[in-house]
Formats: sequence, C-alpha cells, structure tokens
Amino acid sequence: MGWTKQFFSSSIGRKFAMALSALFLIIFLLQHLAINLTSTFSEDVFNELSHFMGTNPLVQFLLQPILIFGVVFHFMMGFVLEIKNKNAREVKYAINKGSANSTWMSRNMIWSGLFILFFLGFHFYDFWIPEINYKYVQFKPEDPDRYYEEVVHMFANPARVVIYILSFVFLSLHLLHGFQSSFQSIGARHDKYTPGIQKLGKIYAIAVPAGFIFIAIFHYLNLH
Amino acid sequence: MNLTLKVWRQNGNKEKGRMETYQVSDISPDSSFLEMMDILNEQLIEEGKEPVAFDHDCREGICGMCSMYINGEAHGPGDRITTCQLHMREFNDGDTIHIEPWRAKAFPVIKDLVVDRGAFDRIMAAGGFVSVNTSGNTQDANAIPIDKNDADKAFDAATCIGCGACVATCKNASAMLFVSAKVSQFALLPQGQVEARERAVNMVNKMDEEGFGNCTNTGACEVECPKGISLENIARMNREYLKGSIS
Repeated sequence: MGWTKQFFSSSIGRKFAMALSALFLIIFLLQHLAINLTSTFSEDVFNELSHFMGTNPLVQFLLQPILIFGVVFHFMMGFVLEIKNKNAREVKYAINKGSANSTWMSRNMIWSGLFILFFLGFHFYDFWIPEINYKYVQFKPEDPDRYYEEVVHMFANPARVVIYILSFVFLSLHLLHGFQSSFQSIGARHDKYTPGIQKLGKIYAIAVPAGFIFIAIFHYLNLH
Repeated sequence: MNLTLKVWRQNGNKEKGRMETYQVSDISPDSSFLEMMDILNEQLIEEGKEPVAFDHDCREGICGMCSMYINGEAHGPGDRITTCQLHMREFNDGDTIHIEPWRAKAFPVIKDLVVDRGAFDRIMAAGGFVSVNTSGNTQDANAIPIDKNDADKAFDAATCIGCGACVATCKNASAMLFVSAKVSQFALLPQGQVEARERAVNMVNKMDEEGFGNCTNTGACEVECPKGISLENIARMNREYLKGSIS
C-alpha cells in the first residue's frame, strides 16, 4: 500500500485527512448535543442515554478510542500544517491586508482551534477524567441515575458557564469556516450543491454551539 | 499627485532587504502604477542612485510578469487587475504607498521587487502539457464534441497567466490555485484524459517539493487573482489527485 503513504504525506492528502477528521467531529458534535439537550427537559431520558453511552462496550471500547484518535489527530495535523505553512513564507510582509480578501475565521483557524483545545483540556478535567476514575480506577458500582445530578451541578458555578459560552463562541467561529472548508478539501464541490452546503454550514456553525450555550445557561438559571 | 513611496530594496537572495522611502511629485492620476515606477526610476538615475528593479512586460494584463504587493494586496487595490492595469487615480494626493515583492520561500527575491517564479515553470514541466502526435495525422480538435459547460470551464481555467498573485496573497504561500487551474484546463477536456492519472500527481508532488505551503481554503487567492480563477479548480485538483493516487 505504498500509495497511502505517498498520498497522506502530500499537501492534498493532508487536506483530505484534516477534512475527514473534521467531518467525523462534526457528526460527533451533533450526537453530543442531541444527548445533552435531553437534560433540559427530562432527567430520566438524559440518565438513560448517558448510562447507555457510559456503559455500552461498543461505545466505550470502540467509538470512544476512535473519537479520541480523531480529536488528537485533528489537532496534531492542524499544528503540523500550521508550522509547515508558516515556513513557506520566511520574510513577512510589512503591510498585509488580509481582510481585503478573506474572512477573519478562515485566517485564524489555528487560534480558534487552540481555544477549543484549552476548552477540551478543561472538559476532560471536568468530566472525562472523573468518569474514567469512577469507572475504571475506583471500579465504583454503576448508578444509572447519577449522571443528571453530576452534570447539572457543574453549571452552578458562573465561571464555568462563562468559560462554556466563550469556548462555544470560538467553536462557532471555527465551524463557520471549517464546515464548508472540509467539503472543499475533499473535492465535494458542485455548482448545484455547494451553495446549499455553505448555507447548512452557517446554520450548523451557529445552531450547534448555541445549543451547548443554551444548556449551560438553562441549568445555571434553574439552579439559582 | 505627490506621494511617499516605501519600496523594498534587496540586492539578491543572500542579502537582507529593507524598506526605503522615496518622494515622487507631480504624478498624473491618469498614469499607470508602472509609469509612476518609471518616473521614480528616472528620478533615482538622475540622483545617481540605483533604480528599483521590477518585473514588467506587456503592460496590458496578459503576460503575468508584473508582480507587486501594493499596500498589503497583490496587484494593489482593485478587482481582477494586474499591477500594470492599476492607475494612480486609485490613490489620493499625499498617500503613502507600500510596495513589496511577492513573498514566498518558493519565490526567492532576485533583486528588489523581482522574484524568481521558476518554480511555476518546473511544476508545468512536471505535467502541465498534453503530449501531441505531430506525425501529420493529428485529429482536428474541433472535430471532438465537448460539452459547452466543460469547454467554458476549461477556458476559464486556461486564462491563468501564472503571475503568482495567488501565492503572494495566500497566508500559507500556497500555489494550489495556479496548479489547479493548470490541472483543470486539461482535466475538463478529452485531450487531457490520456495523461490525467500522472498529471495531477506529478504536478502536485512537484509543487510540494518546491516548498509552497498548503491550502486552507481562505479563498484569498480567488479574490486577488487578476483572472478570477475559481476555487472550484482546487476542489477538482483534489479529486484528480485522489483519482491519480488510488488508480
């Protein structure tokens, strides 16, 4: 399989890899939001879904490692490409008017991405590490009703709510460019469908982060 | 018009360059940007100084030689024009104008505003052509039916003059708009199919080898391109590269 090595070490191959991991994360995010939204109207449904996701061996031992790989890969590849791209211009322009020809979002994917990475670190510290600790280190007995209380109480702290809002604003900025960009990268461009993909991208980039922000504010207000 | 010019001066690729400030006066708003540069150079020669080296040839927007980064934009302000098509009426009396060369590792500075765009020629040599049988039995191109949409798109791609504004303006100094235009003009036509498999792979690999950056789809190249080459070509090149790689 010599061609795969050649393909993925080329500039275009890396674009494909970046875009495919992005599309995977876009689908994951939708699933994550759908489950979290249930916490705003039904404690039981949220507990049931979380219990399933937290204990199903297929989710835990197949999908979760794939997700972690996808996230780590997307970030690592993003950094590698950023460094390579910076090296392609050794002397910077004295004056460069980027806003004349491109959006802020498209020029600053590395910064919005870095902010999301910091949030993920925080998110892991908040949820994922305690969860792994609970299940696989301390081997505590599984309580199917614990999830709702655990999640909701996190949002009692206004500082956490502010971090959430800020992070999802950056996620929105990242997606405003990233969604349609990932289609372009894999060559999925067509006069008939691309305008629709671009519109869908805008809707997704605003609605999905707004959904997560809504959940954080909803629980904060409920608790106060 | 009286203007302050801040111009990049550099003696060869080894030397570190610097911005130098010059004053020019009584410039007609109807003169072209390159005529204004000619006036500056005459002034410098009269003062016994070295004139500013810059590329130019046809001065009517078709040769792709002129290449200045003016006030932070490739070919300066204005849409779909080359530097030679830019006129001084776009500026105001008393303005300060920054003039820099195309900046990319793959385009080393030869002198002042002149850069070596030989990397583009080497990419073309890697596959930007159709091998033709010149035995005298060549089929008339007009005898081959081609979908009008494809013919138009191939022609649009072929309008690329290889000036390098796409590389200059891209935040990653990527050459993908140029390469994709050259891949597309053949990929869309039946004559290009014979060598399609190797073409995209060879040209893209050469592009990578020359040290251009990677495209992040900002779309800046499409906006600054004097010929309005579409990003659609980059998507097509990506498909062609995938096809060429897996087949």
